[in-house]
Amino acid sequence: MSKSETVFIGKNKSFWERNRRSEGYLLKRKVRSIAGSVIRALLLFGLCFMIIQPILMRITTGFMPEKDLYDTTVVMMPRSVTLDNYNLVFRLTRFPNSMVNTLWTSLLMSVLQVISCTLVAYGFARYEFPLKKLWFACVVMLIIIPPTTIQTALYMNFVNFDIFEIFKVTTGKTVNLRTSFIPYAIMCLTCMGLKNGLYIYMLRQYFKGVPKSLEEAAYIDGCGTMHTFTKIMLPDAMPTIASCFLFAFVWQWTDVFYSRNFLSSYSIYAVELSSIVSRMSRELAPPGQPAVIVSNGRSQQLISIGVLVCCIPLIILYCFTQKTFVKSLAMTGSKE
Amino acid sequence: MAREKGLHDHWYDGIVDAFRIYIPGNSTYHTMRARNARTGTWFILPFIIGFLLFMLKPIMESFSMSLSDVVLLPGQGYHQTPVGFRNYHTALAVDPEFNKYLVEEIGQMAINTIATLVLSFVIAVILNQEFKGRTLCRAIFFLPVILSSGVLPGIEHQNEFYDMMGGLAESMAESSGMDISATLQDLLGASGVAGSVFEVVFTMIDSIYDIVMASGIQIIVFLSGLQSISPSLYEAADVEGCSGWESFWKITFPMVSPLLLVNCIYTIIDFFMKNDNRVMELIYQVTYQDAKFGVSSAMSWIYFGVALAFIGVSSFIISRMVKSYE
Repeated sequence: MSKSETVFIGKNKSFWERNRRSEGYLLKRKVRSIAGSVIRALLLFGLCFMIIQPILMRITTGFMPEKDLYDTTVVMMPRSVTLDNYNLVFRLTRFPNSMVNTLWTSLLMSVLQVISCTLVAYGFARYEFPLKKLWFACVVMLIIIPPTTIQTALYMNFVNFDIFEIFKVTTGKTVNLRTSFIPYAIMCLTCMGLKNGLYIYMLRQYFKGVPKSLEEAAYIDGCGTMHTFTKIMLPDAMPTIASCFLFAFVWQWTDVFYSRNFLSSYSIYAVELSSIVSRMSRELAPPGQPAVIVSNGRSQQLISIGVLVCCIPLIILYCFTQKTFVKSLAMTGSKE
Repeated sequence: MAREKGLHDHWYDGIVDAFRIYIPGNSTYHTMRARNARTGTWFILPFIIGFLLFMLKPIMESFSMSLSDVVLLPGQGYHQTPVGFRNYHTALAVDPEFNKYLVEEIGQMAINTIATLVLSFVIAVILNQEFKGRTLCRAIFFLPVILSSGVLPGIEHQNEFYDMMGGLAESMAESSGMDISATLQDLLGASGVAGSVFEVVFTMIDSIYDIVMASGIQIIVFLSGLQSISPSLYEAADVEGCSGWESFWKITFPMVSPLLLVNCIYTIIDFFMKNDNRVMELIYQVTYQDAKFGVSSAMSWIYFGVALAFIGVSSFIISRMVKSYE
């Protein structure tokens, strides 16, 4: 009887009784933790709201008819809902067509980029070869140099494409590769796509963190180099590779620079989106007349719908993958 | 991997080594080391080819363009006449805007980089705690990675409609005397605290949307660092009587600080390559509207050089400040 009393000494006492016994420590702790979580909640709510608000704004303005835009009494909710704006944007951006093109090019290019980057990263992480430091400095250069610096020269390269003048000698003229997706596919296969230096760096960090003994065991058991790579290293690296793939996919999806330069014969959504206003003004003009100027509010409404349509597939994709995403990035670790 | 003695003493030893390893007919060629090196080279071969063809060659061409007068020929192709450093002189001394923009952008970048690092670190620390709705918050904070990529921020930048509405709200706030940051600024300025410092802080606060939008990746990187800290360290600190504040500065900060360098470099590069950067806009304009290819490549080379110098200096400072735990 007395034993149980001593063990559960504070169990049936009130909070204030226990607080008195602990000389105020309990109250202090409780207040501190509540204050902390209130401040945290306020801070997070404010910042989250700041990120979400433009998206909400876009969604609601998208459904507004044009006259609601100039009505100062309409703040967030449209007075009457219309889908005409969406139809117009879909027509201006050649919607189903450009989206399908964007989908397959982004998929193809990001897969190619990730494959080549994984191979290169593994090479950098595990092998010693001559001039390794120099080549890695080149990877860092690749991250740092803005692609706009070399834009003109690259363009010239692909319009008059030739490998060591072989085509010129055999057929008498150079090949214009700009009309197909092949040049960009080649660039992706050789790690020269969008932000590929970054993926090499990330994957190298990951591979460096894997214990070497795993591969040594595989070698001793008679695995070849490629076999070890595909059977031992790749399965473990999958989450990291997947997050690299996601980055590549998202960035490729919204990219204008490479799409405009190398995929100009396909209608890519991001490119269409960037010229939506000028196309709108051309479309509104009567045939044979010069283009009219679209009012500011209207053009921004169309842009915001376009941006929304561009984002929604990515956001859905992101919702499904964000757990793996964060987890795998945690595994990339902080080891230099 | 054991290295032969005497190798890698001179800068050309790497090249000598390469000859020994890649060309058959010497004693080194058949060693295990050489064979491994050749396998490694196969792995990075795509990168080597790509770099030489699609990076080095265009870089050389762009550099030679910056040193010459480029005239587009009718049809295809262009003609270069070398003029030495005249284009650089034009960019730095003749062009009325380039210098000004460059200095302004660098100042802005220094402020933004610091703000981004601090903010993303704080957010990462908060997101690493346990609380209700954490998954949702994480998901929202990584949205900027999607929302600020490629074409989207550029378009948002032209978004005068929202600017207009924002302006409206601001003027309303001013007329009703509710502009918080200006009021605060007046208050603090009146009490005579170092004015210029506050001005910097207030520019940061006013551009917080841009900063949050630019810090998606940095938050992920910091968060990954935080999650790789073993919880037993905190347990030990707790047992020894460390307060939360102390264990933050003695454990969390030092363990994550190596990532500061990575994030700093990433932020700088990101800022330098943004489409809505005014120097970039000027370069674009000089290239496509004025068709002065020589001057524009000179400008981009100057810009690149400045960026490189900035990255070098900041990484030097950070790597001195920060201890690396290997």
